[in-house]
Amino acid sequence: MLRIKCPCCGERDYTEFTYGGDASRERPAPDRADRQTWYSYVFVFDNPKGPHQEFWQHVHGCRQWLVLERNTATNEPGASRRARGDASE
Amino acid sequence: MQHASRYSALSLARHAFGAARWPRAWRSSEPKASYDVVIIGGGGHGLATAYYLAANHGIKRVAVLERSYIGSGNVGRNTTIVRSNYLIDGNTQFFEYSLKLWEGLSHALNFNVMLSQRGQIVLAHGPSQLDVLARKGNIMRLNGIDAELLDRGAVMKLLPYLDYSADVRFPIWGGLLQRRAGTARHDAVAWGYARAADDFGVDIIENCEVTGFLMENGQVLGVDTSRGRISAGRTALSVAGHSSQVAAMAGLKLPIESHLLQAFVSEPIKPFVNHVISYGAELFYISQSDKGGLVFGGHIDGFNSYTQRGQFPVAQIVAECAVALIPSISRLRLVRHWAGIQDMTPDGSPFICRTPVRNLYLNGGWCYQGFKATPAAGWCFAHTIAHDEEHPLSRCFALDRFEQGAELDDHGSGNWTYKQ
Repeated sequence: MLRIKCPCCGERDYTEFTYGGDASRERPAPDRADRQTWYSYVFVFDNPKGPHQEFWQHVHGCRQWLVLERNTATNEPGASRRARGDASE
Repeated sequence: MQHASRYSALSLARHAFGAARWPRAWRSSEPKASYDVVIIGGGGHGLATAYYLAANHGIKRVAVLERSYIGSGNVGRNTTIVRSNYLIDGNTQFFEYSLKLWEGLSHALNFNVMLSQRGQIVLAHGPSQLDVLARKGNIMRLNGIDAELLDRGAVMKLLPYLDYSADVRFPIWGGLLQRRAGTARHDAVAWGYARAADDFGVDIIENCEVTGFLMENGQVLGVDTSRGRISAGRTALSVAGHSSQVAAMAGLKLPIESHLLQAFVSEPIKPFVNHVISYGAELFYISQSDKGGLVFGGHIDGFNSYTQRGQFPVAQIVAECAVALIPSISRLRLVRHWAGIQDMTPDGSPFICRTPVRNLYLNGGWCYQGFKATPAAGWCFAHTIAHDEEHPLSRCFALDRFEQGAELDDHGSGNWTYKQ
């Protein structure tokens, strides 16, 4: 069972959380109009086999979004922190 | 095929009663310095592609490079279901073509893939769900595909062991039956294609991992492998599960995430589940293998991973589905359980196409549906490689379809459903 350390609630089963995808990317500015930029942001992922930064939301807990470091080759979870400021507001 | 030792009743008798040992089904090949086509990935799709390159296009200087051994990947990890009950244009015709190839596959390969057209029933648990299945059935029939809409009574007759009690949470309202759907023996598919491709002179090179591409002026000229450098006229990716990893070595980023799908086998019991059944209230499907084990599976785990080990909560949900649908199996024990890594695409449909990198071709992004697609994927991918142009049946599986707004969203549920 993957166990995630929530910065607010402590270590919990991953089933309390909802996965939110790759957290290493920057959302384009809302006024960016070119298709390629948005296509890359919405659809294209590095999908690494190894260290990965990802969003999770503690939906059955504090409901905060967090950024978790996890190794996708082993599922070994690492540090986590609150996500505020990581995604654009 | 022209194999020196063609399988037949006579050859079976000869090997059963004689001293002659069965020959290897395919040679153990050393990599040569160059090939017309190098296929990366010795799964069902890679081997099928090699076979159809030789059989349909006369391209026989072909190597299939497999990082591990033949049958070690997803071709041996699926739940062996074949069917062609799709909803939207593109998918419908492609998967029906695949099912037609399945129907002639044992003869074409001279290898019994044990296709068992036992019929697949998708269940509906309410009138609106049955309406959706009726629409799907009509679309199938308009495309010449067999489909029968079943009411509750008809389902009770075919599947008397499901839970029809009055207080059941998801009552069975009806279903859609495709009689030509069923299962095939997945290992035999890999071995059959490998043997038939080998017979044409294709080199199948196991334990050979690709470590990089030879690139010049933005085109691929070959691959570096753990067993040396191999130059190639054309290079084909058939590594679903790891498509992102291998494509990245050629500087290509793909709209793919790798996820785990689990499968389960129970202890063997006498013949009981005589069809393939898909539950309509959750993603759950079940059939019975020839050895007697119930084979079933459910949803992906829900976050990207390459571990090939599933998370326990999914096993629990799948077991709950099994018991909700067929209460009498509640005391069966699971004897095996595993996970496969699969390419998940935004719309749940695959890629069989050229790529922005010259001489590099992609077959991947198969999500849940790679096994049933094996023959048609090989057929269309071989065509794409041989002609440097997509096959008419797989034009819809282009890499740029998200940019163009031409998604193939068969579930009608939007992009990256598991992230919503």
